[in-house]
Amino acid sequence: MIFRHIDEPGYTNDLACYQRHGGYGILRKAVTMAPQAIIDEVRKSGLRGRGGAGFPCGVKWGLVDRKSGKPIYLIVNADESEPGTFKDRYIIHQDPHQLLEGTMISCFANNVKQAYIYIRGEFPHGARILERAIAEARAANLCGPNILGTGYSCEIYIHRGAGAYICGEETGLIESLEGKRAYPRIKPPYFPAVLGLYQCPTIVNNVETLCHVKHIVDMGGEAFSKIGTPNNTGTRLLCVSGHVQRPGYYEFEVGKITLGELLNEVCGGPLPGRKFKAVIPGGSSAKVLKFGETFTLKNKDGSTRTLTVEDIPMDFDTMAACGTMGGSGGVIVMDDSVNMVEALANINAFYAHESCGQCTPCREGSLWMKKITTRMVHDEARAEDGTLVKSVADQIAGRTICAFGEACSWPTQSFVAKFGEEFKEYAALKNSKSADALPIV
Amino acid sequence: MNVVESMPPPPKPDLITVNIDGRDVAVPKGTNAIEAARLVGVDVPFYCYHPKLSVVGNCRMCLIEIGMPAVDPATKAPIMDPATGKQRINWIPRPQIGCATNASPGLHIRTNTPQIKDCREGVMEFLLINHPLDCPICDQAGECKLQEQATGYGRGYSRFIEQKVVKPKRTQLGPRVTLDDERCILCSRCIRFCKEIARDDVLGFIDRGSYSTLTCYPGKKLTNNYSLNTVDICPVGALTSTDFRFKMRVWFLKQTNSIDTESSVGANTVVWSREGIIYRITPRRNDEVNDTWMSDSGRELYKQVRSSDRLTAIRVNGIDSSLDVAVQAAAELIRASAGAVAVVGSGRSSVEEQFLTHKLAKLLQAPAGIVSRVGEGDGILISADRNPNVRGALVTGLIQGLPQPKLERLAAGIDAGTIRTVVAINEDLVAAGLTPAQLAKVAIVYLGTHVQPTTAAARVVIPTLTVFEKSGTFVNQQFRLQKFAKAVPGPAGASDDLVALSRLLAALGGGAIPSEINALWSLMAEEVPALKTIAFGRVPATGLQLDPAPWAGLPYVEGETLHYKPAP
Repeated sequence: MIFRHIDEPGYTNDLACYQRHGGYGILRKAVTMAPQAIIDEVRKSGLRGRGGAGFPCGVKWGLVDRKSGKPIYLIVNADESEPGTFKDRYIIHQDPHQLLEGTMISCFANNVKQAYIYIRGEFPHGARILERAIAEARAANLCGPNILGTGYSCEIYIHRGAGAYICGEETGLIESLEGKRAYPRIKPPYFPAVLGLYQCPTIVNNVETLCHVKHIVDMGGEAFSKIGTPNNTGTRLLCVSGHVQRPGYYEFEVGKITLGELLNEVCGGPLPGRKFKAVIPGGSSAKVLKFGETFTLKNKDGSTRTLTVEDIPMDFDTMAACGTMGGSGGVIVMDDSVNMVEALANINAFYAHESCGQCTPCREGSLWMKKITTRMVHDEARAEDGTLVKSVADQIAGRTICAFGEACSWPTQSFVAKFGEEFKEYAALKNSKSADALPIV
Repeated sequence: MNVVESMPPPPKPDLITVNIDGRDVAVPKGTNAIEAARLVGVDVPFYCYHPKLSVVGNCRMCLIEIGMPAVDPATKAPIMDPATGKQRINWIPRPQIGCATNASPGLHIRTNTPQIKDCREGVMEFLLINHPLDCPICDQAGECKLQEQATGYGRGYSRFIEQKVVKPKRTQLGPRVTLDDERCILCSRCIRFCKEIARDDVLGFIDRGSYSTLTCYPGKKLTNNYSLNTVDICPVGALTSTDFRFKMRVWFLKQTNSIDTESSVGANTVVWSREGIIYRITPRRNDEVNDTWMSDSGRELYKQVRSSDRLTAIRVNGIDSSLDVAVQAAAELIRASAGAVAVVGSGRSSVEEQFLTHKLAKLLQAPAGIVSRVGEGDGILISADRNPNVRGALVTGLIQGLPQPKLERLAAGIDAGTIRTVVAINEDLVAAGLTPAQLAKVAIVYLGTHVQPTTAAARVVIPTLTVFEKSGTFVNQQFRLQKFAKAVPGPAGASDDLVALSRLLAALGGGAIPSEINALWSLMAEEVPALKTIAFGRVPATGLQLDPAPWAGLPYVEGETLHYKPAP
């Protein structure tokens, strides 16, 4: 749906091409509708946020404080920074007007007069493309004052981040947009729907989510909800990276394809002579799945079913039931050439670098975990290090201001829980040097 | 009655019932969980929370479990727990921060569960892994929240074998504050203080994660006159006072309640001393006056105690003498100029001293006044009236209207020959506008603490005590009666002001007036209408509000400060 035209030969990212493919027709339709009717369609569609948490978009819009008399802001979260996820970048580069159309429809539905696209600092090209797209749309009266002669006005501004993972966390993003350090806010009281940007009600949606809004208004919420599986509606973009024959972007109905089908059939299976070992199904902060493990899930009728990793559908709910998450759709595949200690050391280095430093457990814990795993891969591993690093992670998860606490501890928790033996073997293997050698500084 | 009890009681706060560790307690609505728990003696440890600053919830030490009574979503009927017969509590599985949890009706709080114990041990461990643990050479030792809470809530051992993060040491943030970044736990109290209270937003963090470092903005310094409050509220030894550090271990110091004499705000203070020497002054919490803050300049005042220009010798006509001789000499001078005596009191004297000064002026039927001191108010804790006790002079009747900066009537009287003797109490007459020629024309009896032009001209000099060496009261700009206590003994040769004044009164035939403060207060309560029913011993540590009505409408010089708004 979202990728319908993107890979067609000759499809370019300018307004003329977009309009030749029917672009902004849905916006023209939307502005004739009652705003509440659009919100109702989005609610009916069952659309769940594509940024990682999978929170229902209609519910999010329903929480917005519309009685405060304050302006309502909409922020497009284009700070796509979860390792393994690169779908939003592709939309922005290939089809920026689809994002703008979805954004304008959402703004109209929520009576938003100012919208911001917060794009990560490492996307300078994407920011330029969006700037140009906004200028084109504005010249065509598709955004800006008195859109399409309806009397409704809405400006869209681009704001570039300065390169921090935490700016993708919605309250951190809001702080950053206000010109401050991107320290996530405490909730309560600072729920964006009530006290968001400049202490006004604010909607923060992911790029892909807003693109879906366009298609919901096009086909109607009812029809959209029939795509995918119950409670996991629509399509979603999957970014497959790592040890498969054909990594890349794929769009599938949510839950209609299993992880096994995705990796073995769509992506062509493992590299020659290799076997799949592990997969992180929803961006680096999702818990890792180990090929060979099985999950026993309860059915609605009370019976149980057993799934292998290959059987798990690419949705939100089953992923959660299997102890991981669909997250942002970043599927990271590791084959048997990968050492899990070294993989975790890599992930931990990322999170220690990106911790904002505001609250204690994440600030100190993420660096400590990095130091432990780094030391392990530098020949000073101890048998107890696996247990230690997991217990550090246990002291972080659930005790921080924002979800970074979980994001940085889930990899460690799952790696050690599922590959604990490998951590012990690693220690035995790597700690064979003489006791009087100088420590590594 | 003029005291606060006679005023209408403040409206009852909206009390609601919350349950803390199984005990029901009534608290005002919106009280946060830390304060609510404090009310029932339950300690919820914290670092970043400060009752007078905004809540940021970054230290995660105050994690608690919270729950609400269960109700049926459809019928709103309470769901009972058959095991206990009480309403079931829906506990939130994730721990919540106490500082941002506000009391709402029926809120249940648990602070003593295994999960909370684990949370606290975890946070303690995290805070300590990159902390230098240099308590033996750290000035904060003994008053360090990290030490206290490591003892109370930590595991007592370390699992950390990695290299610690290295950060700047001994950074001079400003003229009075030294920063050790390695000790900093990044609670941001100092940043919030500078932004929200001192209104001088110069502090901030640079870098990220565990490498976050407190610093001043480029090109700026922490120079504001409230910078040392950051040292007070720093829960660890990161911010230390450049003046105090390495001088004395805090556990050796005696704490004495006092009042800042810089201005009519009357910030409540604690004077820290050992063996007769004062080492530092810190603010004392008074939510009606100074919250938990005080100025840096007020902390320097202890230096006057041992300054080289301190008066220590009783002198009569330039010759060292005794108090008895000096009092007799003064009485003779005064009697010799009967009807031509003036009394210059002081807005820096205590209420008790002003009462005796007033008695002296009445006895001699002499004109009396005090000298005004007006500066610029800073809008926080230094008011435009730089005398701590002008209101006391009004209350005791020493003055009827507000004082003038120059003693013009006294000067005219001296020039006209109608004033031949002046009793000056801790006021320099030259600074108050008299010329040396005018001083030469009169006999001066001087009671005071430091050498001034007036002391050189005085026939009788009786050294007296600074505010740190005596007990008494001041009446601040809010007409709040606040007491201070003797922290250190005065220097040899100095007399208590009250002793000197009562002896002088007795020598002049004023009768036996007690110089002991409690006895004196019995007399004051009888004679001063505004102080009726008050006993010195019963003045609370945070002061007693007097009724300002009799003096309303005077053109007071103060502008707005932290808890004071001038009458429109």
